[in-house]
Amino acid sequence: MDKAIKLRFYKDRIFKSGIILLTVLSTLPLLLILFYIVKQGITSINWDFFINLPKPVGEKGGGIINALIGSGIIVFCASLMAIPFGALAGLYLSEYNRDKLAYWVGLCVDVLQGIPSIVLGIIIYLWVVKPTGHFSALSGSIALAIMMLPPIIKSTEETLKLIPVTIKEASLALGVPYYKTILRIILPMGLNGILSGSILSISRVAGETAPLLFTAFGNPFINTNILKPMSSLPLLIYNYAGSAYEDWHKLAWGASFVLIMSILFLNLVTKILERRWRIQF
Amino acid sequence: MENSILKVEHLNAFFGEAKILSDIILEIPENQIIALMGPSGCGKTTFLRSINRLHELTPGARTEGKIYLFEEDIYKMNLIVLRRKIGMVFQRPNPFPTMSIFENVISGYTLNGISLSKSQKEELVEDSLRKASLWKEVQDNLHKKGTFLSGGQQQRLCIARSLSMKPDIILFDEPTSSLDPISSNKIEELLLDLKKDYTIIIVTHNLQQAARTSDYTAFFYLGELIEFNKTQALFSNPAKRQTEDYISGRFG
Ligand SMILES: Nc1ncnc2c1ncn2[C@@H]1O[C@H](COP(=O)(O)OP(=O)(O)OP(=O)(O)O)[C@@H](O)[C@H]1O
Ligand SMILES: [Mg+2]
Repeated sequence: MDKAIKLRFYKDRIFKSGIILLTVLSTLPLLLILFYIVKQGITSINWDFFINLPKPVGEKGGGIINALIGSGIIVFCASLMAIPFGALAGLYLSEYNRDKLAYWVGLCVDVLQGIPSIVLGIIIYLWVVKPTGHFSALSGSIALAIMMLPPIIKSTEETLKLIPVTIKEASLALGVPYYKTILRIILPMGLNGILSGSILSISRVAGETAPLLFTAFGNPFINTNILKPMSSLPLLIYNYAGSAYEDWHKLAWGASFVLIMSILFLNLVTKILERRWRIQF
Repeated sequence: MENSILKVEHLNAFFGEAKILSDIILEIPENQIIALMGPSGCGKTTFLRSINRLHELTPGARTEGKIYLFEEDIYKMNLIVLRRKIGMVFQRPNPFPTMSIFENVISGYTLNGISLSKSQKEELVEDSLRKASLWKEVQDNLHKKGTFLSGGQQQRLCIARSLSMKPDIILFDEPTSSLDPISSNKIEELLLDLKKDYTIIIVTHNLQQAARTSDYTAFFYLGELIEFNKTQALFSNPAKRQTEDYISGRFG
């Protein structure tokens, strides 16, 4: 074989192995983290862990029911606010992308995406918690909802933009009014993208502590009133991991495990949705 | 000449400042196939889309002049009524991907909020699919998604969707250009069948197709209607030099 070609061949091989090696190296920390959390957390997991309140210092056992319920309620309320607004804004951006307003909205969304979550928490503290005079789950939901908006808007916009214009025109050519074309043809076609974007954004904010520190605040008891302070998984982890007690550390590891598993689950659901519901056109 | 169904008077069409069609004057006879020919970019699609007023949907696009459907000014007609009377089939098959074959056929009714009884629906679906010569192929799979069909079948489904609205005119914009020859032939045969009940205006780049199927041919060049005549006359004895050049393959 020609020497130059041989050399090239080896260069290719080295290049390819280099890429693979770097990829493995970069995912290694992730795997190690996952492994460590599972190892630390899984020993805390049993049925009692899910149905009990945390025990006071010195007592063995205890669970995280307050944080589980809290996280559920806070994230649910946040989704209730963020998904409709986000989907509509995404629809606007994809339908009217020539408008000046759309340009500015798009820019705002990009900026919003870059705001640190702690700053959002403080702003909601100033705008909601202070005027109402107390911490509340609702204020936490508002902070999370704002964090959820950009990814929902983006994924909705991207999904809807992929829908061929001719399908919209097919509907208009049948005499169907524009608004009905959007509601009955375009939105249903984009549903899978809107849903998977929403679920992904839920999985992103489910682990957020910073926006909740000054808003939902935390609560050692079960609370279902969204106008009162409420616990959540990341808040519980933050508080208990920072404490000096071994039992509480164990609780925090258990909660981390539950959180990671839920996020993993949500990500899997998104992947399945994307594949199963793929609408071909 | 037969009764005219569509009268186009001094039609100009614009995209922003650019004048795409200038001073088109044309009378389209009823129950005939009219082929629109011309080199790429000469404004055939724009002309077609002016007839069902899809043209004006593009931001900045507008038209001047008048078009009459049975003596009625289409720019004064209710859009929904107009588009029910003038159906359209696009270059690429575009069935609604969220709907089954059955739902696609009657989508013009369901989407417009026109309620039909179950038997009316079934009758309409079967009738439209038969006319589009797709019934035999899909009758056992009516509730499957339309997008599972082959390209040619999808195109016939789109034709059935148009037919179900019982239009007077159907506009076809290069309906066979994305299809294989066998599917194209099927659609061509179909057009000949449909002409009994409908007036058909079809854009085509395929001269043989125009010659085979159409009764009249309009030749467009650079936004102007150069020549309009019976197809046979136009092909055998073109009156204008541009037409002659085009059909003899000297440009286009
Ligand atoms: N959305 C648009 N905005 C601006 N100009 C356009 C737009 N669509 C088409 N045009 C222009 O209008 C002219 C006519 O286009 P049209 O699509 O009607 O041509 P056509 O005869 O159908 O061509 P083809 O045979 O390639 O389909 C072209 O010069 C094109 O560049
Ligand atoms: Mg065209």
